Parts: sequence; C-alpha cells; structure tokens
Amino acid sequence: MLINGAQAVLESLKKEGVDVVFGYPGGAVLTLYDELYKMNFRHILTRHEQGAVHAADGYARATGKVGVVFATSGPGATNLVTGIATAAIDSVPLVCITGQVGNPYIGKDSFQEADVCGITTPITKHNYLVKDAKTLPRVIKEAFFIARTGRPGPVVIDVAKDVFDTKIEYEYPVKVRLKGYNGDYTGNAKEIDAAVEAIEQAKRPLVFVGGGVVGSDMANEIRAICERLAAPVTCTLLGLGSVSAGTKGFLGFAGMHGSYAANMAIMNADLLLCIGMRFSDRVTGKVSEFAPKAKIVHFEIDPAEVNKNVEVDLRVLGDLRWSLPILRKKLFARAKNFAAEFAPWLEEVTKMQAEHPFGYSEEGDVIKPAALIKKVSELCDDDTIAVTDVGQHQMWAAQFFDVKQPRHFLTSGGQGTMGYGLPAAMGAKVGCPKKRVVLFTGDGSIMMNCQEFATIADNDLDVKVVVVHNSILGMVGQWQRLFYSHHYSQSELKGKTDFVKLAEAMGVKGYRLTKKEELNTELPRILAEEGAALIDVIVPEEEDVLPMVPGGKRLDQMVLGGN
Amino acid sequence: MEKYLLAVLVDNKPGVLTHVSGLISRRAFNIESISAGYTEEPEVTRINIVVSVESENELEQVINQLSKLIDVIKIVNLSKAESIARELVMIKIRATKENRADIIDIVNVFRAKIVDVTKENVVIELTGQQHKIDALVEVLSEYKIIEIARTGAIALSRGPVPVKNM
Ligand SMILES: Cc1ncc(C[n+]2csc(CCOP(=O)(O)OP(=O)(O)O)c2C)c(N)n1
Repeated sequence: MLINGAQAVLESLKKEGVDVVFGYPGGAVLTLYDELYKMNFRHILTRHEQGAVHAADGYARATGKVGVVFATSGPGATNLVTGIATAAIDSVPLVCITGQVGNPYIGKDSFQEADVCGITTPITKHNYLVKDAKTLPRVIKEAFFIARTGRPGPVVIDVAKDVFDTKIEYEYPVKVRLKGYNGDYTGNAKEIDAAVEAIEQAKRPLVFVGGGVVGSDMANEIRAICERLAAPVTCTLLGLGSVSAGTKGFLGFAGMHGSYAANMAIMNADLLLCIGMRFSDRVTGKVSEFAPKAKIVHFEIDPAEVNKNVEVDLRVLGDLRWSLPILRKKLFARAKNFAAEFAPWLEEVTKMQAEHPFGYSEEGDVIKPAALIKKVSELCDDDTIAVTDVGQHQMWAAQFFDVKQPRHFLTSGGQGTMGYGLPAAMGAKVGCPKKRVVLFTGDGSIMMNCQEFATIADNDLDVKVVVVHNSILGMVGQWQRLFYSHHYSQSELKGKTDFVKLAEAMGVKGYRLTKKEELNTELPRILAEEGAALIDVIVPEEEDVLPMVPGGKRLDQMVLGGN
Repeated sequence: MEKYLLAVLVDNKPGVLTHVSGLISRRAFNIESISAGYTEEPEVTRINIVVSVESENELEQVINQLSKLIDVIKIVNLSKAESIARELVMIKIRATKENRADIIDIVNVFRAKIVDVTKENVVIELTGQQHKIDALVEVLSEYKIIEIARTGAIALSRGPVPVKNM
C-alpha cells in the first residue's frame, strides 16, 4: 500500500486501537490534520496544547489505554512539556506526535523550530526524531510498545514536516525488535519465597500500596492478599483506590498529609510490604528515619527504584502482574493463621485510626472544604472518577473522598502540576463516557487551563467542576502561615474574577454556593443535572490541611489538628 | 570516591548520545570521562564511561538508570572483570633549543612518542593506564604545557569473551 507519512501515522494509530487523539494543529502538522479530516479520525481540539496532553493523561489513567497527542513544531511542542513531565513521573503511558520543521530546515533556527528531542529527553521514557518516512511505521510500533509495557511512560515522536508528505510502501510491523528492551519483566520466584518467609516471621506487618498497583491493574490481587493476611494496609497518593475506602484495616494514604494511623503504622511496623511505589520524599518524611523498625520488602518493576531513596532488605523485581498472583497463591498455600497472628497489631492501628481520623471543625454558617468534599463523596456512586488539581483541595480530596476503585482517583502526584485537573477530567470523561467525573480544583489551579471549559462545552462532556474557592493559593498560604511569619507574599487571590461567569462565557453552567445548608439544598440537584457545570464554592481563607509532617521531619512528628 | 569503568553498548542511532549524557547530568552522576566509538558491529556503538561514586549503592543506581534507556543494549562493569584499560593523551609543549633534550629524555623514559616538532614546540603522544598518563603530565608540568587532549579510558576484558556475551 503506497501512502504518505500522515496516512501512515493514522493507519498505525488504528492498528494500535487508538480511538481518539487530543491535539492542536499548526504548520508542521497540516498534512497530518488533512488526512485526519479525510479519514474522519476522532480528535478533540483542546484550546491549548497543555490541555491536550493533560487530557490524554487523564484518558490514559482512567482507561489504562495509551493517551495520544498531536501538536505542531516549536511552541506547539514546547507547550506539551509540563504535561509530559507530569505523565513521566506518575508513569502514565502517552504517545505524543509532534511536527518538526522539514528536513532541509532542521538545525537552521528555522521558523517554529525547537529541539524537541533535546527538550523532552529527561522527561520521556524514550523519544524519536523521524527524518526518514520509511522508518515511521516501525517507530510508531515501538513507541506504543515502549509506552505501555514495563513501567509505562510517555514517548515523543518528533516528525519532520516533509515526512508526512512522503509516500512510502506501508506495512505495519507485527513484532517489535529492540536490542535493549523487550518489555518482559518476569522475575525470580525465589525472591517471592523470601518475601513470604518474611511475612511468616512478622508480627506487625503493613502493606503499602503505590501507583504501580493501579497502573498494572492488580488491585484485585492486592485486595485478596490483604484479606488473606488481615494486616493493615496504607497507600501512596497514587495508590488510592487499590483498596476500597472503608475496608477494614485500610488506614487511608500515608505521608506528608496522610493519616495519623498510616504514618504511625509505618513507624511501628516490623515488616513493610511496599508494592509498586518509589519512596517519594512526600511519602517518607525524613528518609533516614523512615520505618526504622521494619524489614522492608520492595515489589517493583523498575530496578532503578530499588534502593534509590530508601535501602530495602528484600526485593522482588518484576512486573506486579507476574509477582502478585504468585504471592497470593503462596500465601493461600500456607497453613498459618495470619489473621490470628496479626490481630493485636491490626487492633492497635485501627484504634489509632478511630482516635485520630481525618478531621475538621464546623464553624457557623460557612462551608468547610472537608465538609464539601465529604458531601460530594456521599452524593457520588462508587463508579465516580474523582480528579483533582493541586493544592490544599487536592489533599482534602485525598482525605475525604471515598475512592472505591482503582483508576478512579486521578491526581498529579509526582510533579504536583497545577492546571492538570480540568483537562485531565475532560480526558477521563472522553475515555469513560458512562462514568460520572467530578473535579476538585482551587481558585488558583482552575485558572491554569480554564480555557478548556470551551472544549468541555463544545464536546458536551459532562464534567462537574467543584472550585474550592478560598481566595488564596491555599497551600502556599498554609506554608507562609506556618514557616514565613504569616506573610502572604503574592498568594492572595482577592480579585474580581467571577468563576460562574467565566464558565458561562464558555458555555458551561455555573453555580455558586456560600452557605453550609446549600450543601443539602443545592448541591445534590446540581450534581444530578445533565451536562457540565462549575460549582464555585466559597470557603474560609485560613484553613490548614492536617495532619502535616513538616518537610524533613519524621513521619511520627506530625502536626495534628481538628478534633 | 571509587572509580569504575563501564562499557556501555548502545544502538548506533541518532539521539543516543543525548539520551546517555542527558541522563548522566539529570541524575547528577559524577563522570570522570566518557568516550564513544564504533565497534565490530555497525549497528552498535560502545560508550566507555569512567564514573566516580561514593558507594556500591550509587554505582548500582548509575547502572540501573543507564540500563533503563531504551537504546542501551548492555552494560558491563569492567572494573569488576579482569580487564585492560588504556587512555591516549596528546600534549603540546613549548620546547626550546635549551630544554628539548630534557623533554626527549622524559619522553623516552615514559616510552611516549614525539609526533610533531616545530622550532617552538613538540607534541607528545602516550598510550597507557591512567596513572601513567597522570605521571607524565605531572613531570611535564615543569615545562610550559600549551594544551592537553585526553581520550578518557577505554577497556577490554581479558580472555576471549566480548562484553556483549558477558
Ligand atoms: C504549575 C504550578 N505552579 C506552582 C505550584 C506551587 N503551588 C502548589 S499548591 C499552590 C496553590 C494552589 O492554589 P489553589 O489551586 O487555589 O488550591 P488551594 O491550595 O487553595 O486549595 C501553588 C501555587 C504548583 N504546584 N504548580
């Protein structure tokens, strides 16, 4: 089949099962967009390339499929950078296809030329510059393979403009042949035996679940393992949903704003089963005193994560899809009554949890952010996808929204990217049209991609946007209150922006809630309505997210609060 | 700080060197030297890296992070295997009628070679282990060194087995 490079791209996407692309056109991708037009390929035109890449990320996290992005050369491609970095650190599979200036213009500082491979090298799993049209099918095949296998991540394919116009004899490769990467992460079962042995010896084990469990769709295995052990379990921010909120022994997430019980359990456990996580500083607190009494077992696909931040005692290297089913079988094959063995410990931590739940105090007539999120959570079914932006509202969402399933809590964990929320929620809705999608955002974050209300309206995407409106860059304000003598340097947002009008200007309904009782009288009706809506919820300015482990402190040196 | 010599086999594709050097800088690894060249297989480039690390753990990080690069085919720590390491240096040095004989003596003692001579200078070439090269540079530092070019160390394992089969 003799076709041009642009057709080859789209044919290849079809072969990879891609049903939608998020993108934005421009000079270097005109031919690509022309073929897209002729083929009627589904494409969501965002209003900013950053919106496109976060949307593809939200789509990928919600569905488990690879998110696909198109952008033009130069500024189009550089607008993707934040989104690619966000996806990379959270191990989200993306394929971003960017136009590059034509072959004769490369390296000449031509119009809209930027070294996209140079710029994206540190934030991609791999990248390609395609100068020869004949290599395009192979490169696309490899890109999808690399993005979705192993530890997933973003791949950039930068395609010289003339490649899209060049005719090639098209054949899509059946197999990927890469000398340095085969995508097979089967490990050594002896390492699992050692882990089982450690569990047999333990008295105070804690299961610690990371985003890897979500990304590998292994939540069911984790649930079975936790049930078998009847041991307490905690998770990272990205692990939320692996274990259903409300499960006995589930302590909520751990770390800087994690639960008292989870952090204390880490400090007192004699065995930590860390599964698909990377020991971020947000999770460990003072790293040298993380889990001082525990033997640490690390189940991990990426060898470079083992001993990177925390030295572990045992490792089980390999894909969780390989290791966890074996671990489950081996645990079920043991005669030991784990539940009886671990019961005193489980009771100790559940008691801590009961004594120090995530809390907040009611005050008069105002809406407290935590109360708001709790109420939204109550009004949502178990299949609701909760998305967040970044800041205090993100932490409150993690604390008070009951996440019941994996891939149902989407948040920028590793980068903490403000502006992630709205486009990601949009992408999640595109990927899961039957599920309800709710975004929690702040009056700061929402402005960093609010242009996507236009995309949401034009595509009739039913996303409910809850703006936790505290008139401040809340998380910045919290640190300024605590550590910078209450100097609100450039963090106050007492402007004239009317979020209701902002949404309405772009074709999304807007509502405003100011009084506590409206959580009962107004909120249920608004959430039940068809179609996208922004709900501007006015909350007090000075509210701390607690507990809090101040930077560099041990996990048991939490500042507590509430009641 | 311990030094290790890593032989890194990579795909001979555009972008490879960006990927390798980008990784080294963003992970803040300490690199003493890095050199790359063709091998017996046209599709494979060999990068020789001398890395300096505080601990075995840090070395493991360097190797694991490099291994993650898609275009890295294989990494062998040649400091652990029995191996022969060599470096090439070229030194341009001011040489006058008065001191030329002294310089030639030094060159002979080190079994180095003079590869270029003018009225004002000589260029000396030496291949050897790093400490030998360091010693030559040290001795010549009494004279006026105009410039030095060093390749960084490269190495092969002893015996018939190539790195790709190790
Ligand atoms: C792109 C980006 N810029 C800056 C920051 C630093 N930052 C972290 S939280 C935060 C405040 C967020 O304010 P808002 O969205 O209103 O949420 P709130 O904390 O008030 O809930 C800022 C500025 C960031 N995380 N991301």
